[in-house]
Amino acid sequence: MTEKKIRSLDDLRKLKEKTGDLTSARSEDDKVKIILGMGTCGIAAGAREIMNAVLKELETRKLHNVAVETTGCIGMCQNEPLLDVIRPGEPRITYCLVTPADVTRIISEHVVNGRIVQDKLFGRAD
Amino acid sequence: MALYRAHVLICHGTGCASGGSPKVLETFREELQKKNLDKEVLVIATGCHGMCEFGPIVVVYPEGTFYSQVKPEDVAEIVEEHLYKGRIVNRLLYKEPISAQKVCHYKEIPFYGKQHRIVLSNCGYINPDNIDEYISRDGYQALGKCITEMSPAAVIEEMKKSGLRGRGGGGFPTGLKWSFCAASPGNKKYVICNADEGDPGAFMDRSILEGDPHAVLEGMMIGAYAMGADEGYIYCRAEYPLAIKRLQTAIHQATEYGLLGENVLGTDFSFDLHIKEGAGAFVCGEETALMASIEGQRGMPRPRPPFPAVKGLWGKPTNINNVETWANVPRIMLQGAECFAAMGTEKSKGTKVFALTGKVKNTGLVEVPMGITIREIVYEIGGGIIGDKKFKAVQIGGPSGGCLVEEHLDLPVDYESLTAAGAIMGSGGLVVLDESNCMVDTAKFFLEFTQRESCGKCVPCREGTKKMLDILTRITEGNGKPEDLDTLQYLGEQIKATSLCALGGTAPNPVLTTLKYFRHEYEAHINEKRCPAGACQSLLRYTIDPAKCIGCTKCARNCPVNCISGKVKEPHLIDQEKCIKCGACMANCPVGAISKG
Repeated sequence: MTEKKIRSLDDLRKLKEKTGDLTSARSEDDKVKIILGMGTCGIAAGAREIMNAVLKELETRKLHNVAVETTGCIGMCQNEPLLDVIRPGEPRITYCLVTPADVTRIISEHVVNGRIVQDKLFGRAD
Repeated sequence: MALYRAHVLICHGTGCASGGSPKVLETFREELQKKNLDKEVLVIATGCHGMCEFGPIVVVYPEGTFYSQVKPEDVAEIVEEHLYKGRIVNRLLYKEPISAQKVCHYKEIPFYGKQHRIVLSNCGYINPDNIDEYISRDGYQALGKCITEMSPAAVIEEMKKSGLRGRGGGGFPTGLKWSFCAASPGNKKYVICNADEGDPGAFMDRSILEGDPHAVLEGMMIGAYAMGADEGYIYCRAEYPLAIKRLQTAIHQATEYGLLGENVLGTDFSFDLHIKEGAGAFVCGEETALMASIEGQRGMPRPRPPFPAVKGLWGKPTNINNVETWANVPRIMLQGAECFAAMGTEKSKGTKVFALTGKVKNTGLVEVPMGITIREIVYEIGGGIIGDKKFKAVQIGGPSGGCLVEEHLDLPVDYESLTAAGAIMGSGGLVVLDESNCMVDTAKFFLEFTQRESCGKCVPCREGTKKMLDILTRITEGNGKPEDLDTLQYLGEQIKATSLCALGGTAPNPVLTTLKYFRHEYEAHINEKRCPAGACQSLLRYTIDPAKCIGCTKCARNCPVNCISGKVKEPHLIDQEKCIKCGACMANCPVGAISKG
């Protein structure tokens, strides 16, 4: 921001839109959640790369109202990296053996449009 | 703007900061860097979370996990386990004192359950040093609405409708106060924020200034617009260096954005704001003394009228409100007066922030709707009395207030009920006392404070409080006379009726209310030379029970004045003449043979 002055109420409202993301990770509104398995098994299988891919994709798409959480091992180690998506009011969908290339698809199909990516689907919990 | 998947909020209120939170923050930055997480996890310093007893406090979002008493050596574990691997660090979770259960989420903590955080909604949630975070939470929208869409008269009307009353203690309706200043003729007017918070144990205003400084700025600007003022002062005591620093940053950032200065948001409204650091005199919280201090004179009150609204700072019409009052303004203007007036009781609207201190388990900063009972504050939010001792009283309103006792536990907290019970709302100090507190000693403590802070301008306050203190000191030393109680009562009433300002006008309150509710304690001190609570040192007697004493000589060896005599394996004896009542013997006795009383 080079020109800092806010010259009208409209400017102020625009700035609020822009700064909204600053605190969105803290808001308790219903958000889409992406949960990554970050147990030792997950990390060994490449979950960190998945994390980077998720953050990059969200950044590119300016999807700032998505909560990215991490969780421990759930025992399905051979299927790691595991990635869960929960859309508000919908069941928790688990994807397995996720690769960075899958991340783009999962986010564009499921997170944004609500269509489950069937070929990576591992399970659902209601 | 980069995306951070997790936000680590580290409380940097004065309480947590003195508990080492800056070091915790630094360690977080280092550890995150080591793990290469510094681009995806944001670390920020926030204002007070209110749970000062359990600081330093760290909250991790998006989960909202609440860690308490975090030390720098715990940080590596939080980073490795929680932020890297997604496993919550159980041992650092807050343990609820009533159920002894670990609580994971911020929202599930009973301390917050009964609270209604309106004024404090940003406190502990945003980074107070970043105006963008304030703006992201609707900051300055209320100002924008007022100065572009509402007339000054409409703003005042809205304030009147909200029912907001001064949070500094007096409880005067804010909208009405504004209308007086607005109606005063003159083209130069001032608004002042009274941040000279001086009650012992009170830190509401400091926490608001430290945690959400822009809310105070915005409130003042709205007030200035409504009253036609173009200049303002924040009178803050120099003992609040962090609050002053945050205010300076806030003013600087608001000026950079053009929210302060000439033609705000392209309108005709212009506003300049200064910080005036006070030297910490209690009397400067009185509005006329405060203005004298800003003008560079000695901080002493003057008789009113003329009221500041007519003749205030440098002789110009001036409006003074305290920090919490100003901080309420933006929310009222943004959400509407009805929304605000829906909270609280018929005559006391909205919420009140209290600094909860003394013998409760959860000391800290709480914001509650008006009309809540003392019981709810002490037992549900405060978690009850430390060591499950017996509740004795709460001192509400600081040195100007009075004490409320067990029969008042179900009294609703609002201006009228408290005044009727002999206490006052005050600015929000709430000290909880248990059975080990001596009420005479407590009254003496507060009177010592007001006596020391009396500016000396008027006789009743200067001489009267001194006389009262002399009598109280005499009573606690075991030299009280039966007629002292009547003298105290008489002096107290006279001082209240004849003092120049509220300092003297309220100083006798702690004495008068304790006289009313705990007369028997005064009488025990005077007639029996005994302190029922065992707190007044001069009246204490340490004695050794010869039946229990095993003659180990430990007490005699630890006595700093060698007043304990006795042979090995024989009962010992304390020479009461020489004893200085330090309690070292009692602390060292292995068989509990020594008692005090």
